[in-house]
Amino acid sequence: MTDTEENLTGPTALLVLGCPEVPVQQALALHIAHQFRKRGFLVHAAGNPAVLNLLKVSEPEKRYLPTMQVLEQCIGEIVEKKRDARLCIVFAHSDAGITYAATMRHLLPEARLVVIIFGKDPEPLSALADFPCEKIVEKAVHNPMQLRRRINEVFGWAA
Amino acid sequence: MGCIENLPYEMVLPLGASFKECREYVEKNFAEFWYVDPGYKLFDEYIIGLPPIALGIDGAKIVFPYTKPCHGTYLLAVDDADEAARVRKTARKKK
Repeated sequence: MTDTEENLTGPTALLVLGCPEVPVQQALALHIAHQFRKRGFLVHAAGNPAVLNLLKVSEPEKRYLPTMQVLEQCIGEIVEKKRDARLCIVFAHSDAGITYAATMRHLLPEARLVVIIFGKDPEPLSALADFPCEKIVEKAVHNPMQLRRRINEVFGWAA
Repeated sequence: MGCIENLPYEMVLPLGASFKECREYVEKNFAEFWYVDPGYKLFDEYIIGLPPIALGIDGAKIVFPYTKPCHGTYLLAVDDADEAARVRKTARKKK
C-alpha cells in the first residue's frame, strides 16, 4: 500500500486493466474511476506498464486514479493479504483478461466482481468466464458509448 | 515477465494458447501432473489462471502456464529439481 493510499479513505474499487490495444478501455477506465471517486471510493488501478503510462499521461493530476500499480505486484499484495478490495472490475478483451478475472475471483472471494468483456468478438470470451461474476458483454473497439451505457446501467449511474 | 522471463525456459505451447488449452495439454501429455490455485508461488512469482491450474512434471522439469496481459498464456518448461520437489510436496493431485 502506498503513502497516497494511506491518506485516502473509503472502500476500495480495484480496476484491473488489460493490454491497451483496444482503445475503449482507456476512456471507460477513466469514466468508471470518475464515477466511483464521486461516490467516495478509493479507486486503484492495476495493469501492465504501457496501460499505466497511458493513464498517467491522460490524468496527470491523479484526480480519478490516485494510485496505480503493475498487475503482478498488485496480485502479490492481494495474495499476501496486504491489499483488499470491496469491488473489483476487470477489463477483458482476450483470453488473458479472462484469466486475470478468474484469478481475482479466487483471490477476492468476498468482493463484487464485474467483468467487462469487450473487443471485436466478446461472446466466445464470455463463455470462458464460467466462474461467479457479473458480466457486461458488448462488442466495442473504438466507440465507447454503448458500452458506457451498459456500465452505467449495471452500476446505477445516470448517463 | 518478471523473474520467470530470466529463467532458461523452453516454450512448450506458443504464445496465444488459451488457458484451457494449456491445462488440457498438461493433463494429456504428462504422466505426472499436479493442481494448484491462482496465487501459488512458483519460481518466486505468483501464478495466475483459471483454477485448477495444472502443472506437469517430467523428472526435474516443471511445465506451467504463464499469462501475459498483452498476449495470452504461454506454456513453459523449466528444469529445476528443487522446485519440482517443492511442487510435489505442496500441490495436490485432485482437481
